[in-house]
Amino acid sequence: MDILPILSTLRRHKITALLVIIEIALTCAIVCNAVFLVSQRLDRIHMVSGVAEHELLQVELANIGAKADEKARTAEDLAALRQISGVTSVASVNQAPFSNSSSNSGIKLDPNQKQSTLSATTYFGENTAETLGVQLIAGRFFQADEYKELDDVVKAFGAGDTKGVPHTVMITRTLAERLWPGQQVLGKRLYMGSEIPLTVVGVVKDLVRPAIWDDATAQYSMLLPIRVNSGRYLIRTAPQERDRVLKAALEKLKQANPHRVVLQKRTWDEIRDKFFQNDRAMSGLLVGVCVALLVVTALGIVGLASFWVAQRRRMIGVRRALGATRGNILHYFQTENFLLATIGIAVGMVLAYGINLFLMVHYELPRLPAIYFPIGAVLLWSIGQAAVLGPAMRAAAVPPVVATRSV
Amino acid sequence: MFGYYLDLALQSLRRNKVLTALMVLAIALGIGACMTTFTVLHVLSGDPLPGKSARLFYPQLDPRDMIDYGADKDPASQVTWTDGMNLLKAKRAERQVLMTGGDVPVQPAQSGLEPFLSDARYTTADFFPMFETPFLFGHGWSEAEDNGKARVAVITRTLNDKLFGGKDSTGQILRMKDTAFQVIGVLDTWRPNPHFYDLNMGNYAATEDVFVPLATARDVRLERDGSMNCWGKGSGDAEHLEAATCVWLQFWVQLESADKAAAYRTFLDNYSKEQKALGRFQRPPNVRLPNLMEWMDINKVVPSDVRLQGWLALGFLLVCLVNTVGLMLAKFLRRSGELGVRRALGASKREVFMQLLVEAAVIGLAGGIGGLLLAFLGLWLVRLQPADYASLAHLDLSMLLATFMLAIAASLLAGLLPAWRACQIAPALQLKSQ
Repeated sequence: MDILPILSTLRRHKITALLVIIEIALTCAIVCNAVFLVSQRLDRIHMVSGVAEHELLQVELANIGAKADEKARTAEDLAALRQISGVTSVASVNQAPFSNSSSNSGIKLDPNQKQSTLSATTYFGENTAETLGVQLIAGRFFQADEYKELDDVVKAFGAGDTKGVPHTVMITRTLAERLWPGQQVLGKRLYMGSEIPLTVVGVVKDLVRPAIWDDATAQYSMLLPIRVNSGRYLIRTAPQERDRVLKAALEKLKQANPHRVVLQKRTWDEIRDKFFQNDRAMSGLLVGVCVALLVVTALGIVGLASFWVAQRRRMIGVRRALGATRGNILHYFQTENFLLATIGIAVGMVLAYGINLFLMVHYELPRLPAIYFPIGAVLLWSIGQAAVLGPAMRAAAVPPVVATRSV
Repeated sequence: MFGYYLDLALQSLRRNKVLTALMVLAIALGIGACMTTFTVLHVLSGDPLPGKSARLFYPQLDPRDMIDYGADKDPASQVTWTDGMNLLKAKRAERQVLMTGGDVPVQPAQSGLEPFLSDARYTTADFFPMFETPFLFGHGWSEAEDNGKARVAVITRTLNDKLFGGKDSTGQILRMKDTAFQVIGVLDTWRPNPHFYDLNMGNYAATEDVFVPLATARDVRLERDGSMNCWGKGSGDAEHLEAATCVWLQFWVQLESADKAAAYRTFLDNYSKEQKALGRFQRPPNVRLPNLMEWMDINKVVPSDVRLQGWLALGFLLVCLVNTVGLMLAKFLRRSGELGVRRALGASKREVFMQLLVEAAVIGLAGGIGGLLLAFLGLWLVRLQPADYASLAHLDLSMLLATFMLAIAASLLAGLLPAWRACQIAPALQLKSQ
């Protein structure tokens, strides 16, 4: 197929050709970035939690009246929950992964440091690691005699009594690697807040934070041997037993103490779902816009190609009369579209890169991976070819006799 | 003449229905997307207290110790009990309020209603006059009730409807956490957006249902909620919050003029110096006094996703416009013959140009109506979203007018180039080829 005659024809339709190029370029640039944004969101939605995904239940209660003996109350609740058949483990915790409200603490490697090394979230509760189902990759879980009551710890901390505070900690693999890169971490010491020294006794594979400001620090979690009595319970059971166990748990808890209200009763799948609902909504929206953009662009190409075909009926007739086959005519319009699309895509790539730079500055997005460029190109080429096919076939159907008619 | 152009435009648009539909659809889609996102942006970046917000300030101090100190760091975003009370009692501003969020277990007197947890605000008296909250019944409390830790409460219309069937409930007893509170006021519907006075509750959180004096809430040990930042020996232990080295309260002041704001700033600075001399503060004085809208900006209240959506919609509109320009150009150029005849019969270039612009405007109007319908659909979809601002996404009159202005302006803009190209046709050439 000879490209030169196509170029000379396009030169006489500069504005129309330019418009097609601009449209393809804009679409290409926006779609590349939007698809990249979607992939970012999907990565986020599939963030590793490190817990037994489909086996957990969360129940949260609040007292109606004044505080009674919370310690005894919690022990009673936990005993009642353990009695439910199918329950493998329960824990009274201060926070749950992906539940949005968290307690965090600055960590230092040396108590004389002026600045904290980093900030990590602190999970409390007896049996928390076991109930969450986090995977131990080095060391051990806490032993029963290591646990201390939160109230006592607070008191000891306020009085500067280092005996009354915990001495051991479990950390995630990510945290270990960040604090002591490439080193053996068991037995290492870190400092919480200003002066609580903690020895690392266990490393867990993953355990995500309850609230995530920065995806890079999502796994900065510690577990401390502190018992809490805050009415927040985690229950672990087999996936198919969850509904029944949740119902039974609420009943048992109500029986144990009717003078309270239920704040939360949900499966961990629901927690995860809720945590990422905005990301999901945004992905859906971006996909919708991409589809709409591609459709609008395709329709635009159909419209302009039809116009061109109608305008060049006589020219097509003459070419047919002079011996061009239907295939020649078809290819002519297809090649024309391919040329315009290629220029559009080339401009679009530059534009896509520019938009990505803007997003990197204003929305803290990473650089657009190179793989998006060929994918975007193929997408736009196929859309262009699909759109031009109809008008091109109509052009190919123009009979040679048109050449002899005067319009 | 305009009527004639309009007639011509309608005829021409009817002649090629598919192309017309394509153009209208493209404009409608672009406008619909833009209006949906701009409306959300407009609602979210609005002023929660128009006319008042410039006089409301959020004083910031830095009471923390030297750990993690940096000369360029922001001061604390909340205040400690001690500082809050000191500033409150100093009464250096027109009005001042100290508060925190929380939740209270409400125990309805009716047997049919189970106890439930309600969002609450524990605040000092000036909250109501300072933020100009509308009262349906009764009134707020005074300093005397604050000091006396009075068991009084102000509730919202929503809670009043739920508990008292919408009747005037002032003087009634409301049981919360096994304590009897007397209802002294019922707020009429009031939902400032953003939830400016305490962003920890969610930037666009709904107004709390129960308001209780701060001192009372502490006395009854009502559960607090929100953000708390501790240092030194502070642990956030609920029993000793008054003495804790933790920031957990929001403090707002009303200052009537720039001079007064400057004076208040000096006061804060002196206060910090004095506290440092006393040994309570360790860091050098680091005070700020942003006004309400500045505080919203500092906290980046408008979600970045929403701004991103705005850009996306704008890009989408641009593609739709380029598309429309192309289609219009095709349409106008196909009518070269007809336009040639009009020119030969004496129509000036200007008149042909106007005729084509009228046609573009008609497309714009149709696109605007379509865009409006799509914007309604889009906003309905936004309201189905899980975000806390979702329920606020409604089109107001100004955005409605803006929709049409944008649609017509966009399509006129799109029509300029094609119309100009079509006018350039030499009439003689067109007639000859026929």
